[in-house]
Amino acid sequence: MRAGSKLAVLGLALAACWLALSGHYEPLFLFLGLVSVAFCLYIARRMRLIDHEGVPARLSLSALRQLPWLIGEIGKANIAVARRIVDPALPVAPRLFETAASQKSDIGQATYANWITLTPGTVSVDLDPGTIRVHALSAGDAAGVQTGEMDRRVSDAEKRS
Amino acid sequence: MELVADIVSWALLGAGSVFIVIGGIGLLRMPDFFTRLHPAGITDTMGAGLILLGLIVQAGFSLVSLKLLLIMAFLFITSPTTTHTTARAALAAGLKPLLAPEADRKDG
Repeated sequence: MRAGSKLAVLGLALAACWLALSGHYEPLFLFLGLVSVAFCLYIARRMRLIDHEGVPARLSLSALRQLPWLIGEIGKANIAVARRIVDPALPVAPRLFETAASQKSDIGQATYANWITLTPGTVSVDLDPGTIRVHALSAGDAAGVQTGEMDRRVSDAEKRS
Repeated sequence: MELVADIVSWALLGAGSVFIVIGGIGLLRMPDFFTRLHPAGITDTMGAGLILLGLIVQAGFSLVSLKLLLIMAFLFITSPTTTHTTARAALAAGLKPLLAPEADRKDG
């Protein structure tokens, strides 16, 4: 995507946010909203934020396709960790391990690291290009990341973007 | 119809509250800083998610539910980011995570 169309996508997204959040549709308010959107675009451009990281439009859309799967994983992990918390014996065996991040771009790897943290039981604690260090609450939680399915799905979303 | 919406929304709110309480208990029971991050994740995802879903059902199809959906979307991006930053800062400051004896192998 060219820089011009990225600017347009960001402008549309900001305008949609403004309309959804304000709930005012009188001409004066619409004009003020337009001014705020234009001012934000101006600042973003001046700060050189308009790139594949500042406006990850396509990645966001293709990541959305993985959302049902991600929500399912979050649900399963939540129940597993919640069970361990209410278990009187508190069966935890914390460990640190490294896992490969096969995404090509920085934002792809950051997304993968975020998804690892989003599922309870695993937290990404460090990110080097190509490797993520993960703190896991137990071997079972670690195994969920080590199957590599989440890595594959983020890479897949990145390829489609 | 309204009764069904009320039942569904209260079930979601109740389930969300249960997960938040469990997250709080976990925060107190876990042995060290790094293990405490995991129950906090329960509060952030399942707890906040179910409560926001319950509120969306309560609000119906309106601008309010759209705002709640936006809150959920932002929460799911920002909360893992802050958790990661906290953990990374702790590691960088030299805090050693408590590890299980059998987890000393590098492949864990």
